[in-house]
Amino acid sequence: MRSQATALRSKDLLGIEQLTPEEISLILDTAEGFREVSERPIKKVPTLRGQLVINLFMEASTRTRVSFEIAEKRLSADTLNFSASGSSVEKGETLIDTAENLMAMQPDMIVIRHKHPGSPKMLADLLPASIINAGDGAHEHPTQALLDAFTIRERLGRLSGVNVSIIGDIAHSRVVRSNIHLLTKMKANVTLASPPTLMPAEIEKMGVRVVHSLDEALEGADVVMMLRIQLERQSKMTFPSLREYFNTFGLTPERLRRANGGAIVMHPGPMNRGVEISSDVADGPCSVILDQVTNGVAVRMAVLYLLAGGHLQES
Amino acid sequence: MNLLIANGRVVDPSQNIDRVADVLIEDGIVAKVGPGLKAAKGVETIDASGCVVVPGLVDLHTHLREPGQEHKETIRTGTTAAVAGGYTSVCAMANTTPPNDERPVTEMIVAEAQRNGVCRVYPIGAVSKGLAGGELAEMADLRGAGCVAFSDDGKPVTNSKLMRAALDYARMLGVPVVAHEEDCHLAEGAVMHEGYYSTLLGMKGVPAAGEEILTSRDIHLVELTGGKLHVAHLSTHGAVEAVRRAKSRGLPVTCEVTPHHLALTDEAVQSFSTSLKMNPPLRSESHRLALIEAIKDGTIDAIATDHAPHHPDEKRVEFDLAPFGIIGLETAFAVCYEILVKSKAIKLAQLVDLMSCRPAKIFNLPGGTLKPGSAGDVAVIDVDGSTEFASFRSRSMNSPWRGRTLPTRVVATVVGGVVRHDARADAKEGEKARPKAAKARTARR
Repeated sequence: MRSQATALRSKDLLGIEQLTPEEISLILDTAEGFREVSERPIKKVPTLRGQLVINLFMEASTRTRVSFEIAEKRLSADTLNFSASGSSVEKGETLIDTAENLMAMQPDMIVIRHKHPGSPKMLADLLPASIINAGDGAHEHPTQALLDAFTIRERLGRLSGVNVSIIGDIAHSRVVRSNIHLLTKMKANVTLASPPTLMPAEIEKMGVRVVHSLDEALEGADVVMMLRIQLERQSKMTFPSLREYFNTFGLTPERLRRANGGAIVMHPGPMNRGVEISSDVADGPCSVILDQVTNGVAVRMAVLYLLAGGHLQES
Repeated sequence: MNLLIANGRVVDPSQNIDRVADVLIEDGIVAKVGPGLKAAKGVETIDASGCVVVPGLVDLHTHLREPGQEHKETIRTGTTAAVAGGYTSVCAMANTTPPNDERPVTEMIVAEAQRNGVCRVYPIGAVSKGLAGGELAEMADLRGAGCVAFSDDGKPVTNSKLMRAALDYARMLGVPVVAHEEDCHLAEGAVMHEGYYSTLLGMKGVPAAGEEILTSRDIHLVELTGGKLHVAHLSTHGAVEAVRRAKSRGLPVTCEVTPHHLALTDEAVQSFSTSLKMNPPLRSESHRLALIEAIKDGTIDAIATDHAPHHPDEKRVEFDLAPFGIIGLETAFAVCYEILVKSKAIKLAQLVDLMSCRPAKIFNLPGGTLKPGSAGDVAVIDVDGSTEFASFRSRSMNSPWRGRTLPTRVVATVVGGVVRHDARADAKEGEKARPKAAKARTARR
């Protein structure tokens, strides 16, 4: 599907839920153009010269924060990294006060990662800057879903009709929610698999199939997306032990054989090797996990570019 | 304290009255209700033509926040909000700082209400010392000082043995125990109702089962003890069912719902507005419809506000971090009139019954009727009018209806024959002082 939209409607990217299929295609198509920039000897274009982007990371992040920063730098934006530790947040400053103070320094965009759902929307309603959600609690992580879609499209040539199985800690995952929004909008078939204790209430209403067996989820899958068991968020009551989890839902080369030929294995990272995925699979021929990371930069460049373009048209 | 309320449509379900009549109050007591009453010369008269005249509303569930949390509300501001909403009596929950678990706190509340309150205030005593759920508070002493019921509201009494004792002991005092029904383990970390929308928003939800489990437990304890149970802010289909069954077996169980659980659902939480965060949370549409059904069939005895003021600074944070609760005294009648009467679910008289007559009976309070000889507590309401809730009399403004215009307008509220709220006079005053008042308001907000 090629994009028909030529610009994003909103000044912000708060989630995939608000995007149209045309906007999703626009971002993916734009990202394709940007991928080549990272392959040049001089990996830089002047697109965002003179624009200030603040990366406001109130929760730990490696991949996303680094990826955004690289994307910003390759677009020649001025970047500033702000994290909760070592800032006034430790002195009890509220998110709104922090954001208003940063806004007083006139950034053009703020990329925010926060553990509480809805915090990017709170800033978007309040501030004139473009707000990009880099993950808000278990709510949304739109750029992750976009880079996943980009990777699927790159490998399988399409999104429509593709069978995507997402396996793991569904309850605590923002990645899964953004992916469900995106994949159902793009007419892919989504299956979720986890123990019932990690499956949130009434999620079938989002237009997905729910199973509680890894083998059932793998049967006929074109894409196998493994989610991290968020060890830090588990109480002792969600599953008995990591051993039992790996035995029931851990992905091994043997079990992967149930998937369709040419199926790809994805993981948003960070991985728990030997918990949700064995190293044989993670490092094996079906894995596109590192391609996801590479594509993340191009997708984020596209998002930054399109949101900045919206800005310029407005002013 | 003599007053004539003339020419209104008197709606008093306690006497099955619904007709145009006058209400004469003498020495703070209703003297007569009937057409063409004559007052002595010089007696103040309220022209109620075109309005309904009802017994003043009675709120069984108000957080006045004083003592200790005066930045959220005081007895003065809370009762001022009450009369603006047509309430003449409010029952003050015990979770103040310190909590109302000892006689001196009750005495302080009663004294402050007499000094600075503008409507009747009935304290509710704590069930347990320090609301800690460990040992009984001195309930007889508290009752003697003026407490009309007992509750650890804000949290449940988790210990079944303590709840049994509270129901048993309160039976001796002839007053109900008011129960906040919530299973603490199921509710751990929850900020909204568990269902499709908590899943969509990635927020921690509490399942309806949590409320149903504790409601059922307490009904079993009523069966064991014979004590009176009043279930606070009931919000789920299963809890309604449990109360309905208890009533059919003749157990002394009553219950209340809030206007917000009748009007709103968890779908609204998609806005992430902290004015939609309360406990129990907004439930799904099927629960809301079950509550309305229970209003219609009489299972629900009362509508109570759970007026829970919080300072704007406390609510201007991430949804997860905001405290639970919204204000309700000023909007309650308007919201219920729109949801229940305008939609033709019930008649106006039934609404008055739910907001005045039956609540007064449950806690055995004066008021809730215009029978001659009863307290001269009256609300005069223009049901064809409307009110814009741009600002509030309450010290807080954590209301989902802030900025909205709703049907009905409370024209006057009379407490013991004294006019404590007069919207017409306020409007005149407002016109005179508008530029100044507007400025002051902007500065404060």
